[in-house]
Amino acid sequence: MRLEVEGITVRFGGLTALADVALTVEPGEIAAVIGPNGAGKTTLFAVISGFLRPQAGRVRFAGQDVTGMPPERLCALGLVRTFQVTRPFAGLTVRENIAVAAHLRHRSRSEALALAGRVAERVHLADRLDRPAAELTLAGRKRLELARALATEPRLLLLDEVLAGLNPAEIAEMEPVIRGLREDGITVLLIEHVMQAVMRLSDRVWVLVGGRIVASGPPAAVVRDPAVIEAYLGPGAAERLEREGALAGGA
Amino acid sequence: MRPLAPIGLFALLALPLPWLTGSGTVLNLATMVLMLATLGQAWNLLGGMAGQFSFGHAAFFGTGAYATAIVQIRLGLDAWTGFAAAVVAAVAMGALVGFASFRFRLRGSYFALVTLAFAEVARILANSLEVTGAGVGLLLPLAPGLDRLQFADKAGYYWFALVLCTAGLLIAARIRDTRLGARLAAVRENEEAARALGVVAFAVKMQAIVWSAGLAGAVGAFYTQLFLYLDPHIAFGPQVSVEALLGPIVGGTGSIWGPLLGAAVLQLLGEVTRALTGGVTGANLVAYGIVLVLIVRFFPDGMIGLGRPRALDARGVSG
Repeated sequence: MRLEVEGITVRFGGLTALADVALTVEPGEIAAVIGPNGAGKTTLFAVISGFLRPQAGRVRFAGQDVTGMPPERLCALGLVRTFQVTRPFAGLTVRENIAVAAHLRHRSRSEALALAGRVAERVHLADRLDRPAAELTLAGRKRLELARALATEPRLLLLDEVLAGLNPAEIAEMEPVIRGLREDGITVLLIEHVMQAVMRLSDRVWVLVGGRIVASGPPAAVVRDPAVIEAYLGPGAAERLEREGALAGGA
Repeated sequence: MRPLAPIGLFALLALPLPWLTGSGTVLNLATMVLMLATLGQAWNLLGGMAGQFSFGHAAFFGTGAYATAIVQIRLGLDAWTGFAAAVVAAVAMGALVGFASFRFRLRGSYFALVTLAFAEVARILANSLEVTGAGVGLLLPLAPGLDRLQFADKAGYYWFALVLCTAGLLIAARIRDTRLGARLAAVRENEEAARALGVVAFAVKMQAIVWSAGLAGAVGAFYTQLFLYLDPHIAFGPQVSVEALLGPIVGGTGSIWGPLLGAAVLQLLGEVTRALTGGVTGANLVAYGIVLVLIVRFFPDGMIGLGRPRALDARGVSG
């Protein structure tokens, strides 16, 4: 489903966290928002997912204006997010955790539990189904975040750093899972720090720096953008790299 | 869905007690255990399952207790109508308290304080209004008979309490095993995450408080039928609110058997303390306090958690 974000501005007191941010994710796309720490990525997700009301701007999902709609209603419409800081229901088992989400579209307990089992399999959590969620490692908890979001049967999935903190083997295991979402008709918007994964997964990237979009386009083009390089490596970095021929080798 | 057989077995085993014992003391004690277990279960539906700790369940208990008395004394209707009115009035009270707190996202100690405030306001109102008999209270005329929900012998009240306790267990088991139970647990564990997954936290908390209040109101009505006398302190006093939460916390919150276990342990402890101290007023409360401290320190899941291994960090993980 198409997600259109336009003119989003969020201020916390005197601090402008987001300034006139706009982006459009086309149906079936895997898109990503990248940027340094504190750029406002998670704030942007909070606005899109209904946890935070912006001072200005609109969010449209599937043609409908959903600005300021509470998260539980957005979730019912098919727009669901994961949390960067994972929030497992610690006292429940992995299966029960996922079943809570499955209940959104399935009233019956047994149906929800069965669906939970299938979703767990998909994100490689099947062997931990009946363990308490509190026992999961960081990688396990990231998978649980994804599993719960998937169990709501979303049309648009906002993934907040689901790869951060994972080791290369775990990332390699998760990448096909995320790519596979597209086949199910799920549109994906990622926030990600793991650049290589973003390059491989995304059709389109927006770069958020200091609350503003400074670049956008296909990942290969964006990483060569001087504005992006400076945002990550500091003022003048693009020029220095150019001089030293470091960019000649490509990204 | 887990089978309801254990509840049926419990009811069946508890049924013949009056025929097995000739002792009025034992029957009285058992009746009190069942009554407090049901009140504890009511608290557990909201505090244990939904994680919303109420410190004012007296508001619901007292509303039920007064409603049945008023319906019988002031309106001259029968006790069954009174009982139904008690549940309805307590549900309305629950909806009011729930709306006032959950609408404004009050959680934790703020929620506890609001419930306490409602109970206190109810106590003060009952103390000054004429319909509740003000400070004098209400006296129900003695007239045994099933139609009046009064019983000539102790066994009748015991079975009445057993019916209530069993109903409480069935309600708790039903909620636990359905979608509502899953959503309440999610709200208890992390409300924001639950909302992100489509759980309408306000709606499920309202359902929990309404069930909880209705059951507490039924216990209040039972109390009126048993003692035939009410005053504002008995009905709405903080003591009732403490009794409601003590049993489930000692027995195990969130578990359907916790409130019964807790009520039994506390009542037995109270009896033992009374015997040992020769009936010093308040000695049983001192014993309750000591047990509560020990439980909270060493068994945060309550006594029901004793036999059940559990990850040590189950409560500590938040992010």
